[in-house]
Amino acid sequence: MDLTFTKEEEEFRRRLRTWLRETLPKLPAKPPPAHWPARRAYDCAWQRALYDAGYAGLHWPTDAGGQGATPTQHLIFLEETELAGAPYVGANFVGLLHAGPTIAVEGTDEQRARWLPPILRGEEVWCQGFSEPDAGSDLASLRTRAVRDGDAYIVTGSKIWTSHAEVADWCELLVRTDASAPRHRGISWLAMPMDAPGVTVRPLRTLAGSTEFAELFLDDVRIPLSYRVGAENDGWRVTMVTLSYERGTAFVGEVVACRRTLARLARAAKENGRWDDVVLRRRLGRLNAEFGALWRLTQWNVSAAERAAPGGGSAVPGVGGSVFKLRYSEARQELYDAAAEVIGPEALDAGHPWTADRLSALSYTIAAGTSQIQQNIIAERILGLPRGR
Amino acid sequence: MDFQLSDDQRALRTGTRQLLAALFPRERLRAMVDAGGPPGPAGPGSPGSPGGATGDGASVRELWRELGDAGFFSLRLPEERGGTGLGLPEAVLVFEEAGRVLLPGPLVATHLAAGLVEGAAEGRVLVTALDRPGPVEHLASADAVLLLDRATVRILRAGAGAGAGAGAGAGTGTETEAGTATGPRMLGARPVQTVDPTTPLHLVSQLPDGAGAIPADPPDAARLRREAALLTAALQLGSALRTVEMTVAHVKARSQFGRPIGTFQAVQHLCAQMFVRAEIARCSVYAASLTVTFGDISRAKLLADAAAVRNARDCLQLHGGFGFTWDADVHPHLKRAWVRAAQWQSAAEAEEALAEELLTEFPAGLSTGQGEAAANVEISSE
Repeated sequence: MDLTFTKEEEEFRRRLRTWLRETLPKLPAKPPPAHWPARRAYDCAWQRALYDAGYAGLHWPTDAGGQGATPTQHLIFLEETELAGAPYVGANFVGLLHAGPTIAVEGTDEQRARWLPPILRGEEVWCQGFSEPDAGSDLASLRTRAVRDGDAYIVTGSKIWTSHAEVADWCELLVRTDASAPRHRGISWLAMPMDAPGVTVRPLRTLAGSTEFAELFLDDVRIPLSYRVGAENDGWRVTMVTLSYERGTAFVGEVVACRRTLARLARAAKENGRWDDVVLRRRLGRLNAEFGALWRLTQWNVSAAERAAPGGGSAVPGVGGSVFKLRYSEARQELYDAAAEVIGPEALDAGHPWTADRLSALSYTIAAGTSQIQQNIIAERILGLPRGR
Repeated sequence: MDFQLSDDQRALRTGTRQLLAALFPRERLRAMVDAGGPPGPAGPGSPGSPGGATGDGASVRELWRELGDAGFFSLRLPEERGGTGLGLPEAVLVFEEAGRVLLPGPLVATHLAAGLVEGAAEGRVLVTALDRPGPVEHLASADAVLLLDRATVRILRAGAGAGAGAGAGAGTGTETEAGTATGPRMLGARPVQTVDPTTPLHLVSQLPDGAGAIPADPPDAARLRREAALLTAALQLGSALRTVEMTVAHVKARSQFGRPIGTFQAVQHLCAQMFVRAEIARCSVYAASLTVTFGDISRAKLLADAAAVRNARDCLQLHGGFGFTWDADVHPHLKRAWVRAAQWQSAAEAEEALAEELLTEFPAGLSTGQGEAAANVEISSE
């Protein structure tokens, strides 16, 4: 066991810090949260800056245009960018963390050449069309249908919880291509142009009042056969590659951010006198332990990934991601509940940033696999318990 | 960064597990549990006997010699002093294994006393520890008490009185009358009918003033406290991991409604939570063994205590009525976890310390744990 860094890793960190210090002050001001086109422009400009500096697709394999960095270097990158207050991946989340890695692993040379460079350069934004109104945790029950018509599929159905749909160029879409096959074996993965005729986007309002995601209605949308990644009816397996990426690295920066928030909470409590409440104080102390442990668990998982893929590249995180996701999503909600205790009546002001974060934290135990699904995964795949019911 | 066990560390863990399986099999734990039981049909212990464990002295002393021979206490002594020269991360792995099998006795205190008290490294003397008014384990059987009085480390020899030099004729293997009586009497200790049948406790209301001898080359009291809290957390981690295994095995074997109860999600989800608790504790304990900062050790102790206690509770729950019986191996885990949770750093102390840490430059040095501001604060015995 070793928590120290190699000379190469320290050098990587030092160069990154220098670059962040020079680059971040030159960024334009962050756009207002509700202005999606402006947010897209901002996120893509940041991605372009990363590309120009050689940090785009850090964890992607080199033959896909990535940097082939080790999992530890990727961890350092996520930690340092968060500590420096750099922009979050934002609108490029799906492209960089779901669709891109899937195309890198499963796509043909032509597909990789068509889709990967624009993702890395921040030129094309992707969204995700997986869930449906009747296919949530039970994703394999999805019903959006694709029927062959010459050199294309005709796609009909609807998708839901699609983030960034309003500003996306492409959608990674799961469709049913064989209704008679066992349900996991009749699914295909398609890249759908968002401007194709028949695609309708209807924004959904979250409980926080924001429009973070949308519903997609697909009405005889024509998608070329050449836009299918992986074999026909093999889309379920292709998709699982994507999902483990999501659980593996999506929250690293957020753990760092939560630890900073916790320190701010403590200082705010000290200033407004709530610090004298021993119950609240001990609660903050316990959260300190929780987030410290989540950081150590992240390091543990990253080292496991590094051992699984020595020399860097796209190590696919294992089920350890479920342990992390389960605990982190709960801890994040506890953090903002504690924040509400600290600020007292101000917590009822929807304009307070901690109240906004408290509301958005409510999605964490649901999105990217609910806590109940994560517990099923741990029980069945790690502990080897018989399939539940 | 390579935060995974090395091949040598894996081998050490496997070797320790095999050794303890032979040295302290379940039957031996059960014999001690049953001997230390409360009055009644299940346990022959008599009320009012020191710590409720009449047979404790002889059985622990015998175990001590065997552990000493196996090198358990001299683990971190340099080779030229008869030790194995291993580091704190390795000691943590060994103590985790000890926690799995609920190895009884003042393991942490005797391990820390190796090199300070003659005979401790070999398991010839039983050393317990006292760092604050409150419970002391195995005091009646102890040959010496490692006394941590704020910044001072003193060695109190049972039977020889305060100020006696080290190396007095303890460790002959016989429980002398002086040994059983003088230590408690000197400390004004009151025996407790202990809830954990394998850990006799005395309550000490105040630390003896100026008693005992200061070792020739006195160690740093703050360092001893940190190491003690960490190794105790490792014991708790082992117990938490073991109760997950016990529970998983039980829910796979036990059938109700015509199927193993482990197929029910209500049961599965409790098991999943147990596993997560243990893994969170594992990462914290291992990280603390590398950084040895006060902050990391406080996190490790808090989370390992919680994992051990809570997992034992869930283990009990999922064993149903069997879990509530004396004969089930569940209650020794829960009761020991309660005892260990109160030792060295309580949840209240850890939470207060970690709250205080938030007001410092936290979270500087996030990655390595080096330079975390809490390294400046120490466990104090108030």
